[in-house]
Amino acid sequence: MLNAFMSYLGSTVPPGNADNQLWALIYVLIIFAGVSLAVVAMNWIERKALAHFQIRLGPMRVGPHGLLQPIADALKLMLKEDIIPAQADAVVFWVAPLIGLLAAFTVYTVIPFGPSQAVSDMNIGILFMLGVSSLGVLGIITAGWASNSHYPLIGALRSSAQMVSYEVAMGLAIVSALLMTSLNRTGTGTLSMIGIVEAQQQQGVWFIFKFFPLGLIAFVIFAIAMIAETNRAPFDLPEAESELTAGFHTEYSGLRWSLFMLGEYAAMIAVSSIAVTLWLGGWMRPFPNLLTGSAWDFIFSLFPGLTFAGLAAIAFIGTARMPAQAYFRIQRIGLAVFAALLGLIALLLLAIAVAGRTNDASIAGRFREGIDYVYWFVLKVAVFMYLFIWYRATWPRYRFDQLMRVGWKVMLPISLGVLILTAIVGVLIS
Amino acid sequence: MNSVVNTGAAPVATPFFFYFLAGAAIVSGLLVITRRNAVHSALSLIVTLLSVAGLYLMLYAPFVAGVQIIVYAGGIMVLFLFVIMLVNIERSAKDRQFNRIWPVGLAAACALLSLFVSAFVKGRNLFPDRLVALQESSNTQQIAAMLYGEAGRMGPYTFAFEIASLLLLVAILGAVIMTKKKI
Repeated sequence: MLNAFMSYLGSTVPPGNADNQLWALIYVLIIFAGVSLAVVAMNWIERKALAHFQIRLGPMRVGPHGLLQPIADALKLMLKEDIIPAQADAVVFWVAPLIGLLAAFTVYTVIPFGPSQAVSDMNIGILFMLGVSSLGVLGIITAGWASNSHYPLIGALRSSAQMVSYEVAMGLAIVSALLMTSLNRTGTGTLSMIGIVEAQQQQGVWFIFKFFPLGLIAFVIFAIAMIAETNRAPFDLPEAESELTAGFHTEYSGLRWSLFMLGEYAAMIAVSSIAVTLWLGGWMRPFPNLLTGSAWDFIFSLFPGLTFAGLAAIAFIGTARMPAQAYFRIQRIGLAVFAALLGLIALLLLAIAVAGRTNDASIAGRFREGIDYVYWFVLKVAVFMYLFIWYRATWPRYRFDQLMRVGWKVMLPISLGVLILTAIVGVLIS
Repeated sequence: MNSVVNTGAAPVATPFFFYFLAGAAIVSGLLVITRRNAVHSALSLIVTLLSVAGLYLMLYAPFVAGVQIIVYAGGIMVLFLFVIMLVNIERSAKDRQFNRIWPVGLAAACALLSLFVSAFVKGRNLFPDRLVALQESSNTQQIAAMLYGEAGRMGPYTFAFEIASLLLLVAILGAVIMTKKKI
């Protein structure tokens, strides 16, 4: 058992490829827990950030600065009555949220958090991701139909039309990034997620900067299409509350509604991961080929610890700024404990970075390397998650015909043009 | 790079997954034709298509499996559901079926079954246990070489592939022209 446990630390391929089922299982559990936690955190951050965008305070009552609000929300949703409308198709009504959730979480098996920090490295990685995430729309359609109600049906129809049309532009943008893996005299291309990041490493450039501005345009198209794919503002027409109450999940309540929520946010993280992997160098730290050497490695490996130290400092400042009244005492203690926890994590990460600075083959070195990979990947994804909130706070909702027009008459021709130009430039250069 | 890994890794519990996927495909296939509710039929069809995709994966054809999921389960079935949802299911489920085509269907099914059996009997050497295990890691690249050719030469199927894509393009243009009154 211990041998099987330790054997993976020295491996350089994902456990799924090394036939290491124990570690594959551990990775699945870690990813599931991590993504669920990220969704909970995202829930809080979104409410707070949106509130601050609109000059409000947001949740402040449950825990210091509303930190326990997501937990309270989750509890509430679990305890709420779970209603199935009398005229609904009960079986399909049951299955619909599970389809969306399964599709959103299955995608994570191929997301590479590092060269060996993935469940598996599939030969068809990106194709698998596209296929499985396109199954998510089935959950929305079936939910809208099974509710047997007007608004959910209209929401589901809108959603399927929207997701099918934006998938086309999205796929073409992805293909133009895939073309780049095979160009520049590096031989055959690849669909493997890990292979795509390694191709960027070999060519010494993130694909967003390759063939400037072609890579950038493809990336922007993907970045727009992925908002439409995940039904987020300004493309959140399937759940436009001013027109459709809540769109496809109007009739859902309690736990099943929260499954939709979980699936939506998990899908957001998944598409952000695709964007990061394809265009932003995946797990690579900034300038991996330019600033080489163990000194630079050490400096960059301090970043995870310093990030947590910064978060701890913010939490400590928050503790100090709490009003000095008896009413706030418990909240103050709670925030101080939270800050101390963050500080401890920061110390641990810094200790690992220092212990693993010399010998990459030791356990500390392996840990340091892994933490680095996961940190840079998660940081890049986190930027996208913040952008999702920012878009929602900034842009008004599109009208449906405008949305369709943009999808078919603007995004599709541009992505086709970028694809053709990328192919031409690639052939001319190599 | 990948070859070392993939030759060493034997598939996990192959017979179990084969019987699981085959059973799921057959049961959901039966549900497709026995459900009166069209949406239930469509959902069962999705399960069938996904199980078949899993079987493709077991035959070391990951690319075909991925395309099966994207095109059939993700694309075509969405359109199917889209259309079915606009039909009044309650009424059409109660409608008396007056077509008597089940003998034809039975005959077609029997013909297909006998085709499969003859393929199983005559083409034993084509089955995976008689073949050298294919390289799963380069399956996509092999398909690309077949379809597009490599090193400047045309592949064996390049011409047929391009003709087929031209045909599809014509079909797309036709669909656009049919739906638009003025372009």
